[in-house]
Parts: sequence; C-alpha cells; structure tokens
Amino acid sequence: MPKLARDLLFPLIAVVTAFIIGGILILLVGDNPIQAYRLLLGSALSWPDGIGYTLFLATPLIFTGLAVLVGFRCGLFNIGAEGQLYVAAFATAWVGITFANLTPWLLIPFCFAAAIFSGAFWAAIPGVLKARFGSHEVINTIMLNFIAVALVSYFTQYHYKAPGDPIMQTVSIGEGAHIARLGKFVPGFPERIPLNLAFLLALLCCFLVYLFLWRTKWGYEIRATGSNPFAAEYGGISIRKQIVLAMAVSGALAGMVGINEVLGYRYRYYDGFSDNYGFTGIAVALLGRNHPVGVILAALLFAALQHGGIYVDGFSEHVTKDIVQVLQGIIILFVAAELFFKWILGRRSGLQRLRA
Amino acid sequence: MLELRQITKRFGDVLANDHVDIVVKPGTIHAIVGENGAGKSTAMRIAYGFYTADSGEILVDGKVRDIKSPHDAIALGIGMVHQHFMLVETMTVAENIILGAEPGTELSLDLKSAGAQIRQLSEEFKLAVNPNEPVEHLSVGQQQRVELLKALYRHARLLILDEPTAVLTPLEVEEFFVILRRMREQGKTVIIITHKLSEVLAISDEVTVMRDGKVVGRVQTKDTNAAELARLMVGREVLLRVEKSDPKVGQTELELKNLSVTDAAGAKRINDVSFEVRRGEIVGIAGVEGNGQTELIETLAGLTEPARITGHINFEGKDLKSLGARVRRELGIAHIPEDRHRRGLLLDFSLAENSILGVHYRPPIAALVGGIFLDENAVQRRATEIIQGFDVRPPNAALPARALSGGNQQKLIIGREYHVAPKLLLVSQPTRGVDIGAIEFIHRQLVSLRDNGCAILLVSAELEEVTSLSDRLLVIHEGRIAGEVDPKQATLEEIGLLMTRGH
Repeated sequence: MPKLARDLLFPLIAVVTAFIIGGILILLVGDNPIQAYRLLLGSALSWPDGIGYTLFLATPLIFTGLAVLVGFRCGLFNIGAEGQLYVAAFATAWVGITFANLTPWLLIPFCFAAAIFSGAFWAAIPGVLKARFGSHEVINTIMLNFIAVALVSYFTQYHYKAPGDPIMQTVSIGEGAHIARLGKFVPGFPERIPLNLAFLLALLCCFLVYLFLWRTKWGYEIRATGSNPFAAEYGGISIRKQIVLAMAVSGALAGMVGINEVLGYRYRYYDGFSDNYGFTGIAVALLGRNHPVGVILAALLFAALQHGGIYVDGFSEHVTKDIVQVLQGIIILFVAAELFFKWILGRRSGLQRLRA
Repeated sequence: MLELRQITKRFGDVLANDHVDIVVKPGTIHAIVGENGAGKSTAMRIAYGFYTADSGEILVDGKVRDIKSPHDAIALGIGMVHQHFMLVETMTVAENIILGAEPGTELSLDLKSAGAQIRQLSEEFKLAVNPNEPVEHLSVGQQQRVELLKALYRHARLLILDEPTAVLTPLEVEEFFVILRRMREQGKTVIIITHKLSEVLAISDEVTVMRDGKVVGRVQTKDTNAAELARLMVGREVLLRVEKSDPKVGQTELELKNLSVTDAAGAKRINDVSFEVRRGEIVGIAGVEGNGQTELIETLAGLTEPARITGHINFEGKDLKSLGARVRRELGIAHIPEDRHRRGLLLDFSLAENSILGVHYRPPIAALVGGIFLDENAVQRRATEIIQGFDVRPPNAALPARALSGGNQQKLIIGREYHVAPKLLLVSQPTRGVDIGAIEFIHRQLVSLRDNGCAILLVSAELEEVTSLSDRLLVIHEGRIAGEVDPKQATLEEIGLLMTRGH
C-alpha cells in the first residue's frame, strides 16, 4: 500500500531523527546512548509493569489526541482539551460522590455521562462563541483552561475535600462507580497496575471516531467544513452548526480522560492530576497525522517515553528523564517542519502549475 | 529577433516543452496559442530567463545567448508582462516604472528625469497614464499600460505578453490592440500568449500553435481561420459555434422584484433589479466583472445573509429570501459557481466525496442506520455516473479533486449539479480556464438541459459565450440592469457600450 507507506514515512523520519539527535546529546553529557535507550524502551516494554503502565499512560493521550483530531478535521484548533478534561474529571467525581449509594448499573452510566457531557459543554462554549461572534477558538479555549483549573480547585478545596486532608483531593467516590482494572481479567497481570477498562474504551472511541468522521453524514459535514468552509456552505452545510458540533465532540472525547482517572485509577478527583495530557494530545494528533490509528500509535510512543524516562533517571549516570522532554520536543519540531516542507513543496508545485 | 531552438524542459514527470522551435521575426506581432498546459508560458518563461531549459538554445538577433535570469533577458532587450501584474499598489506610476532601474546615483533618486522620460515614452506609444498617480487608483487597463511602460523604460525591443486581454473589458481590448499596433509601427516586436482565437486573428501577423508541450503548427495569420487554429490546438475538429434550436419557453420559474443587496461595508452591490427566468430558456447576464454578477448569483443560491437583501425572490411562487442554501437545493435549484476552487470543490476530498456535496445528507446517499451512515455503494454509483456521463478524466473516483485539470474539475461540478435534474440552474463562468474541447462539451450540455425544460441563468465574462448561448440577454452595470438586448441581433459593440456606460 504505497499511500499508507507515504503516510507513515514522515512521522517515522521524525521519530528516528529525534532519537539520533537525542543520542548525540546523550553522548555529549557522557553516557552511552545505546544503554540509555535500552533503559528507556526496555523498561517500557517489560512485562507486566512496563507494558501495563505504558498502556495506562497512553489512555488519556488517546482521548486527548482524538479530541484534537476532531477539532482539526473541522478546521478548529482545540487547545482547551486540558481545561475540558479537568472539568470533566471533577464532574465525574461529583456524580460518583453525590450518588455514591446507587447501584453500579446506574452509577457508572451516570458517571460516564457526566464525563462526556461536561467535557462537551466546556468545549461547546468557545464553539458557540466562534459560531455566533466569530471570536477565535484558540484564544477562548486557552482562557477557558485557566478558568477550568481555578474552578475545580476551588470546589475541591472548599466543598469536596475531606476535613483535615492535607492533599488537594476530594473524598472518595462510591464503590459502585469503580470500573474494573484489567488485572481482573488478564492472568499474570497484577491489579495494582492501574490499567483499566477505560483503555478499551479509548480503543473503542478510535473506531467510533473513524466511523463518525468518515462514514456518517455528520462527519462528512465536519470534514467538508474543515476542508473548505466556502464549498461546505455552497453544499448547504451550516458552518456554524459544524463548529459547535465538532467542538462538543472534541470536548466529550477530552472529557473521557476523567473516566480513566477517576473511575479507573484514583477513585476520587485529585487536583492537578493531568500531566499536560491536553497539550500532549496536540502532538499526538499531529504525529498521528490526524487519523485515529495514528493517534493510537503516537499515544503509545509518547506514553512509552514517559514511562521509560523514570528508569533512565534512576539507573543512568548523567542522563535524566529530561531526555524524554528533549525527544518529544524534537519529534514535535520535525512534525511541524513536515508541514513547513509540505508548504514549500506545495508552493513549488504551485509555481509549476502556473505553466500553461 | 528571437528564436528558440529545440528547447526541452521537464518538471518532474511532466514534459512541459518537448523540442520546441519558435521563430519570431522582428517588427511583428507573434501569437503563441494553445490550451492550458500546452507549454506556451513555459517556453516564454525560458526565453525571459525565469526558467532554464534542460536542453536547446535561445538566439537573440541571430546570436546564441545564455539567458540565466530575467536580468539577462532585460539586458538583451526582452521584456515580459505577466498575467498577474507585478506592481506596488501604494506607489505612483513613475515609482513603479523605475523600480529596480532607478536613475541617479546611489544616494539620490532622479525622479525628474525619470518623469520626463516616462512622459516621452507614453506619448511615443500613446500610453496615456499620469506618472504621479498612485497605482491603486488606476483601472486594470491603465495598470497594464504601466506594465508596458515598465518594459519600454528598460529599453525592451521585444515584449512578451502573457494572456494580456484576460482582465480587460471589450472596449479596453480594442484600445489595447491600438497600442500594440502602435508599438509594431515603432519597430517593437511583440509576442502575445493567448487562447482566445478571435484576438489572435485580429491582432497577430504570425501564429505558433502548441499542444502537449510540442509545436504543432506555424501559420501566417492571413492564411488561417479560427476553425483551423482550434483543430490544431485540440487535435481534432471542434465546433466553435453553439448549435441550438429556438427555445420552447414554459412557465416562469424565477422572478426577481426590486431586488437589492448590500455588501458587508453597506454598499449597494445589486440595485433594484427585476427580471424573470422561464422554463426552457437561457437568460444571460453580460457585464464587466465586479458589477454585481457575483452577488446576484450568490444571493439566488442562498449564500448571502438575508439581512442584506431587500425586495423579492420568487421561485415557483415561494419567496426564497429567508431560505438557506440547503432548502433551495431541495426545491430544485442547482448552482455552478464562478470560482470552482473556492466554492465548488473540496479539493482535498476524493471525486466520489465531491460528487455527493449537497445531497450527502439524504437518501439515497445517507441511507444506512436511520439515514445517518453514508451508503458507500450509492456514493460510488453516483460518482461513476457523473464521471462517465461527463467524461471526467482520469476516471478514478478515489483521486482527490486537486489532481484534476481545471476543465475536468469543471466537468465534475457540472455533472454533479446536473445529476439532481434541476428546475433552475444558476451558472457562473462555466468555461473559465477550461480548454476549447471541454468548452464545446459544456456548451452542448447547457443547451440540452435547457431543451429539457430547465430554466437557466447564465453569467459569463466571455461576451461571445453569453451571446451565443443566451435566448435573452441582460446587461448589468454597477448593480443595475442596464438593458435587455436580443443576443441574435445585437452587435458586440452595442453590448460593450451598455456594459461600460450603463445606458
């Protein structure tokens, strides 16, 4: 499949080049790059902890990567996944605390709904602002990030923290809201590893996002709007509706991070839990070429780096886990540079097209 | 004067110039004609040093010259005026002309002597422009004169003009030809790249015809005619006249009453326009571009905010004013937009995906799982019908629309809009940037749609097109209907006057 090969080529070049440049840096600080990389990737691929934690860390990145992807496909840059996932995680915990005594058959769907709809709501705000007043979603999503973080911190601190608890976290959610860890089903896989059903939900979402964008009329309208809003309008598509819809779907996906975090991992809302998942999601979507399958692969790579970084820190002499930041930075740089190269190539072939 | 010998130029897989020989005699007007992509502009850009040839040689005044850049070309007395003008809008005419060839020393600018020289040149060649006027205040025709003066100021003896008449009104074209003849009298040589055959016959002495990167004909203008040139360009017999029978006119489909449209800045773009279009007729709108044609069609298609519209738009007795584009399509209104890249196509989408735009949300396209999922088979079937029925090439529904030539993109759009069997078709510039062979096809399709009872409103900047296709012809000027003429009777001069003077 030449098209698939071509689609994979640039991300692959970006990753390989990043590792080469990272290797040179490791040499410069006086360590053996091969050894460092063996630590980094070896620890990420070890059974069961390495693989378990890599998949666990990949879960939120798949959700946020998908969220950014859906925005991109509509021509929107959702930088607000971070805020959306905070609001959603808190809302999930709130439902789990407030209705703690419900049967799991009701409580879990309620919690899911809380995560999905609160994320969708928070993202729909900049969507509506753009559709109604034309104000730019980048500015508004960034500003809403600050509001979201401050808002949920306030509610945690003053309303939902256990009295006397020195940690910024809410009280626990009801037992009935817990979703199973995969250790429950996989023999030899310990339940202490927080990898849970939300990972399977993330994979399911990749499939659903694919179906939604490429197989339904709504996805067609979203992509048409992202590809050429003037032509979409000509085809009888309401651009304003697509903007709000795409933002809401994007926010819903970001919100599902709350399911992984609250229902599958900590069983409470823990303030400041997100390790920049919303922002890393941008890199995941870009490296994954705005395709659900690419998002899975990119999320796995970033998760593996993150997990492996801990081991590099502990076992190598000079290199610290900051090397992970360096690698991620270079990858993002090259992915962005690809767009730059494409732009240059596009201009050149554009010049050639002028011949007549 | 100029001779290209065995020039070959390759862009990637495309052989743009294949052993091209062109001989231009001094003191003549030489036309280079060919369809889009025939290699005309490439050959001339090589002569101007914009590209370098892969092989072959360029002779100027009988000597082999090495032209590596436009700088070399200018030094040899070659000037080129591009299709898109290269002028600094905020600077004056004089400043634009001397830009890059400033008189005076390094530190001082001798504008006075430049002004005198420009005035002398403009008198000599009858190129009337005011040197102190900022370029942004000039009309397109005047800007073109500035471009000509720019070349003459650099002592060009040979002027290469790339599609010079594309942006001019009929009256301006006449004035432009006077200027060209004047230049020839003064001993200049002119090369004019074009695909408009009537202009070739009116102005040139000799013609070189190109097709697929090769020179396929060299003729004296006086020994040839439009049919022969078209045959050479396309490689087969082409019907230049539109053949149509008298219209069988039915009931009124579209009726405009006192329609006015303002733009975002509040200026009136359509001013108190009333007319009707009946079944089975083509009503043409002629006019200089920018006189409200775009706004008229977009308003009828439902792409203008209702708040900007006053008056009435009746379609089969219903007032359309507050209805969106989707509802209008459902009522049976189709639209072939003037700008296919901006409005008509999703360039990154496949031909199949483009073929369903506008009907993508309803059966038979969106038919699965309660009408939410697209029926891939129905999409493919529709795409195949359009691609085969309208001879879209290459016939591969999976290709992105971007990969097609302009003519094939246009055929795809026309096929898509025909497929819904419209009651009213809004067509704007149906053959802009389209090759002669495809133009013939598109014209035939429009006439056959009319014969099947469709009401057609046609806007075109090509006077010949709009007069030969229309059954009734309205002339638009500054947003008003300046008059209605019988396209069979009216002369081009009459229509041209209505277009430019408005009465």
